[in-house]
Amino acid sequence: MTTLTHLERLEAESIDIMREAVAESEKPVMLYSIGKDSSVMLHLAMKAFFPSKPPFPLLHVDTTWKFREMIEFRGKTARDLGLELIVHVNPEALAMGISPFTHGSAVHTDIWKTQGLKQALDKYGFDAAFGGARRDEERSRAKERIFSFRSAQHRWDPKMQRPELWRLYNARKNQGESMRVFPLSNWTELDVWQYIHRENIPVVPLYFARKRPVVEREGALIMVDDERMPLAAGERPVQKSVRFRTLGCYPLTGAIESEAATLTAIIQEMLLATTSERQGRVIDFDSSGSMEKKKQEGYF
Amino acid sequence: MAHVSDLIARDIEQYLKAHERKSLLRFITCGSVDDGKSTLIGRLLYESKLLFEDQLAALAADSKKIGTQGGDLDFALLLDGLTAEREQGITIDVAYRLFSTDKRKFIVADTPGHEQYTRNMVTGASTADVAVILVDARKGVVTQTRRHSYLVSLLGIRRVALAINKLDLVGYAKDVVDRIEQDYRAFARQIGLTEVVCIPVSALKGDNVTAPSANTPWYHGTTLMGYLETVAVDDEAQTGPFRMPVQWVNRPNLDFRGFSGRIVGGSIRPGDRVRVLPSGKESTVARIVTKDGDLEQAVAGQSITLTLGDEVDVSRGDMLAAADAPPGIADQFEAVVIWMDEHQMLPGRPYLLKIGAKTVGVTIATPKYKVNVDTLEHLAAKTLHLNEIGVCNLNVDQAVAFDPYAENRDTGGFILIDRLTNNTIGAGLLHFALRRSQNIHWQAIEVDKKAHAALKGQRPCVVWFTGLSGSGKSTIANLVEKKLYALGRHTCLLDGDNVRHGLNKDLGFTEADRVENIRRVAEVARLMVDAGLIVLVSFISPFRAERRFARALVAEGEFCEVFVDTPLDVAEQRDTKGLYKKARRGELKNFTGIDSPYEPAEHAEVRLDTVALAPEDNAELIVDHLRRMGVLEPL
Repeated sequence: MTTLTHLERLEAESIDIMREAVAESEKPVMLYSIGKDSSVMLHLAMKAFFPSKPPFPLLHVDTTWKFREMIEFRGKTARDLGLELIVHVNPEALAMGISPFTHGSAVHTDIWKTQGLKQALDKYGFDAAFGGARRDEERSRAKERIFSFRSAQHRWDPKMQRPELWRLYNARKNQGESMRVFPLSNWTELDVWQYIHRENIPVVPLYFARKRPVVEREGALIMVDDERMPLAAGERPVQKSVRFRTLGCYPLTGAIESEAATLTAIIQEMLLATTSERQGRVIDFDSSGSMEKKKQEGYF
Repeated sequence: MAHVSDLIARDIEQYLKAHERKSLLRFITCGSVDDGKSTLIGRLLYESKLLFEDQLAALAADSKKIGTQGGDLDFALLLDGLTAEREQGITIDVAYRLFSTDKRKFIVADTPGHEQYTRNMVTGASTADVAVILVDARKGVVTQTRRHSYLVSLLGIRRVALAINKLDLVGYAKDVVDRIEQDYRAFARQIGLTEVVCIPVSALKGDNVTAPSANTPWYHGTTLMGYLETVAVDDEAQTGPFRMPVQWVNRPNLDFRGFSGRIVGGSIRPGDRVRVLPSGKESTVARIVTKDGDLEQAVAGQSITLTLGDEVDVSRGDMLAAADAPPGIADQFEAVVIWMDEHQMLPGRPYLLKIGAKTVGVTIATPKYKVNVDTLEHLAAKTLHLNEIGVCNLNVDQAVAFDPYAENRDTGGFILIDRLTNNTIGAGLLHFALRRSQNIHWQAIEVDKKAHAALKGQRPCVVWFTGLSGSGKSTIANLVEKKLYALGRHTCLLDGDNVRHGLNKDLGFTEADRVENIRRVAEVARLMVDAGLIVLVSFISPFRAERRFARALVAEGEFCEVFVDTPLDVAEQRDTKGLYKKARRGELKNFTGIDSPYEPAEHAEVRLDTVALAPEDNAELIVDHLRRMGVLEPL
């Protein structure tokens, strides 16, 4: 008798999900957000289809406000793995000059990310999109299916979800409708880090502590990543040893003070930590149940 | 997330190594509305020190705002995911919670106890290794406990922990617990649950949840967490014969042809003989390919890619199985069906069935019986409604490989999908193949359709008229038949009213009967096409699914759907048979257009406007179309 470990069972399930989604869709794509979850998802995809390459491109919905190191990592990853990378920048948001500083996080997220994503899916006609969301991230995720059906308008209806039994995923849909597929549904943040450790998966260096210029705003440490960041009178960036638990748009992502510069050190710090990872994300704090609302509107 | 071990601070490398060897347990919790299920899961998270400070802060704030514990921490709020449900104070769907201890990672399916949610419980149970069933110590084993236990057993879970909760409210009395345990064990034996552990707990106060309680000195068994951390997992699937549904054929280049899938039974090694099903061809496993190198052996639960020693034909949906212990193959089965859709099951309606990586067409016969899940009585049934469970015969349109569900959950479990909405509308557990599917073979007929048609010098087809009562179907169909007769064609007209006097006189107007009505006529039309005739069918045929079914029975190019598109108000005004008046007075039930729906044709070959055009002109349009189809010679 071989008892599979939890990481082996999770890996096998994720691979199963990806193969099923690819077999049942016409034009799949992987939403690649450059973060650690995307890194793990991509690593699993390389395994799922080996010796073939994953039979789908990567799609990054760029907001122009991502950390510069993320963009570098994105290009390097696609090159190293020899995968097609599609970068979509919402032209309307670009024309309107949407920024989190002048428009607030809600408008910024909606126009750059939610609308941008819908544009990209429509433009290329993708009918299945992999996302790296996990059920432990946020309460409304706990009830979302692994194969999550979206209407032709990309809407999610929590009341009309298909029951998901055994390992039988119903990926059928009509023309224009699509599926969002979440291969990491049953992973936790700890599982992700342990797997990165076990498999030696490259991640963006921003996860590791280093001296970085930051300012403190409403209790969050925001990194001054480029000259677009407006500083208030008297506000001076200070060099602090910080790292990030999640990555997004730099003005909306809070850093934590840390000395953890290696993978094991950050896992250690996380295990001893007392706050959950989404705390560093400004977008969840807009209003109660805000993630659920965004998802109904088409956010990943 | 304060995992308890000091190894974390002392030697993180060592800690990670130990943790990479953790196993994974999936369990389901079931209980009635007030048994304290959500509180129990919340307590497990809390006691395992798995909550972060910000989560605790949010919980404290929520507890004050909408809690039910008078301002104390209300653990149930940790689990209620969606805003609407949180405000109503109930969970209404399946939620999955993830947590881990130093020994194991857990995935908990949290499902509601309301009786209308059999569907959710079955869904949660389908992936669970173990069930935790809650009872309120004050109430003991109640109807819902029996129902949940039955469903758990039906779905093939053998290991159950009965958590006798709210012990604080019965003064931690041993005799209460003993009586409940006795009751439960007696019932559990009846339904085949053999591995039952009873644990007295208080989820609210924390007794025996993670640490033995001083309040129950008479209890020497394990805590609930202790049980969950040690109960055996995934041992059953591995002991059975090898099974792997092929999900994807991996062909990076001409030299490599691999078959990817997840092993759902047994184990496999290079050199093992495998059989491909349903074709029956055999070969030998050459390699077990993974990105991390070839494997010496792979076991149930793993996702792998196999290459075979011979060039055999294998595609997605096929199953690879141990050659010396292959699964059965059949196209007719008996199965338990659990209906999960608001819309009732319609015997005879074509649905889709997905089993393994294969999706096939299926029709379900009238249930043999349905099960009262509270009393386990067998009741007569004509159909199944939402959350009903019945035993039915199924007919699939191509042979599939399967094992009885009791032997393998993954090769014996299936889902049912609606062809139009694509929703998952039911689930099923295969019992066995029906004898007749193995013994009755199609007779190969020598004087075939072509021969019949050639003798008559014509091309057979079905002209299917659909539309509301009074839309003018029969009038136009009659005119078309006359024109065809005049052209020397052999025809037959099947009219709704006439057929209901004979062949279908046993059928009424319920939705189920309407489906059967059309199924029979469609089959008759097919036989007549085989006989070489041009068949005119004039039936309201209100549902797309049956029209699609009728179309699928004949060959491509042999079906012409005519949508007699008369608006309801016009048809009602005509009311040639006086039926609309009766229906409006409530004397006729299930009348199409009034209290029974008509689903307009989507892809009709011909659409007729009976307001603008006279019947004679419309009949001519159809004859024109038959010329374009090649059924009649061009002018």
